[in-house]
Amino acid sequence: MRTLRLVFLAPSILLLATLFLVPLVIVAVYSLQSRGAYGGVALPWTIESYLRIADPLYLKILWRSFWVAGVSTAICLLLGFPLALFISRSGPRRGLYLQLVMLPFWTSFLIRTYAWMFLLRDTGLINTALLATGLISEPLPLLYNDFAVILGLVYGFLPFMVLPLYTNLEKLDPALLEAAADLGAKPLTALARITMPLCRPGITAGSILVFIPCLGAYLTPDLMGGGKSIMIGTLVQNQFTTARDWPFGAALSLFLMALTLGLLYFVSKRSGGEDLL
Amino acid sequence: MVAGFEIPDTGQILLNGSDIAPLKPYERNVSTVFQSYALFPHLTVFENVAFGLRQRNDPAIASKVSAALELVQLEHKADRKPAQMSGGEKQRAALARSLVLEPDLLLLDEPLSALDPNLRQEVRLELKALQRRVGITFLMVTHDQEEALSMADRITLMNKGRVEQVGTPQQIYLTPATRFTASFLGAMNWLDDVGIRPECTYLDREPRDGSQVARVTHSTFLGDCYHVQAETVVGQRIMAQVPRSQNGFHPGDQVHVWWHPADELHLPQ
Repeated sequence: MRTLRLVFLAPSILLLATLFLVPLVIVAVYSLQSRGAYGGVALPWTIESYLRIADPLYLKILWRSFWVAGVSTAICLLLGFPLALFISRSGPRRGLYLQLVMLPFWTSFLIRTYAWMFLLRDTGLINTALLATGLISEPLPLLYNDFAVILGLVYGFLPFMVLPLYTNLEKLDPALLEAAADLGAKPLTALARITMPLCRPGITAGSILVFIPCLGAYLTPDLMGGGKSIMIGTLVQNQFTTARDWPFGAALSLFLMALTLGLLYFVSKRSGGEDLL
Repeated sequence: MVAGFEIPDTGQILLNGSDIAPLKPYERNVSTVFQSYALFPHLTVFENVAFGLRQRNDPAIASKVSAALELVQLEHKADRKPAQMSGGEKQRAALARSLVLEPDLLLLDEPLSALDPNLRQEVRLELKALQRRVGITFLMVTHDQEEALSMADRITLMNKGRVEQVGTPQQIYLTPATRFTASFLGAMNWLDDVGIRPECTYLDREPRDGSQVARVTHSTFLGDCYHVQAETVVGQRIMAQVPRSQNGFHPGDQVHVWWHPADELHLPQ
């Protein structure tokens, strides 16, 4: 039995070790070295890179990343909860609606982001249409700002909020809502007092699944934010390309990872530690 | 329909003389004990029981909840969550949650079916005593004939959504109106249009007036009695409930089957 288990586990262990653990170690090693003249790393060993993170400039970017990710997560929750509730109560059409939620995954995220840019830019569909109707006299600033970044993130990660919420809501015993109504609770009261509290694991899971990728997002902020007010993902990418400061990029990555893990630990502690990690 | 989760196509549901059919579940003073109890898992027993009172903005929540919990002997479990309680305790909590609202009618949907058989007997008596004490009408749904007979003051027997018969347990058992009623409540031997209960069917070694010759096919020990199956010479199967003291019938034995004509039920097919 033990050998058999090992045989089947070996491929994934191997995969995780070579593609996840080894690169992580490399990043950790880089983060403790000095910057090479033409990119890359050089000796001596130093913790200089970590100290530089405390620079107000970088802390501001970090704060902005948290803020954008937080707002995006909150919007996803506000949009996702009613949607998940609706799907969970649609009887036999649930399957169809779930497919529709996941439909965007059939196309590359990059292409979908470009599609949004075509819609939002000054000469895009929305602005052109609004200008043509005479509602506005000059194009609305829809692209290359925080609004565009948050829109793109919400669009991209909404399914990750809807699916855990749906799974949670779907498991909810309908008799509980009948009982609430029977005890005199109007539908909205039942929603607030019974459905939402019982949906906490789904809300937590969905929020984590949205918040963490949003925090480290690179593509959306870079393309839709126009690189003007950058987020931490873009900052990391810059260190490895234009700035040629690999140790600092590596240190930033690990710092972000530590922050994320710390956050996860905190959330799982608070939610009783049963449904996460 | 009584609780308001289903809407009747036609007709009225009269409760204390007024029609409750058009009312929403939360507008009716009818309370339900669900088959699965449907206790709110995220709330303590106290909060579960307080739930209905909070919807009414009742000023005396704490004292009423305590009284209800005392009624079902759960006052020491007020701070527990439903998951930390046994089936019987959950059921009592569900009862308290409904009774605390002093409903005009308490609806019990197979309240004992989720309990294990030993506990069921005990809870039957408790439930009946509780009903007497609080004086609220209990409308109880059950598929268990014995439960219906032993607990009800009045039974409505339903078959495929239609009422077969309404009456006291005695009326329904002793003078069933239809063959369905007769067969559903307790076992019944059918000999053409005549029905006879196994406990009114007697087996003897010797022939007597009106007895029929039969051969024993099975004998089943049930603890307090035996159920003896026999087949008459014309091939009719008949079951007799035989007291333990009269034991001694074995498959293959020839017996004489008889009953008092007064115990016959004449119900044409």
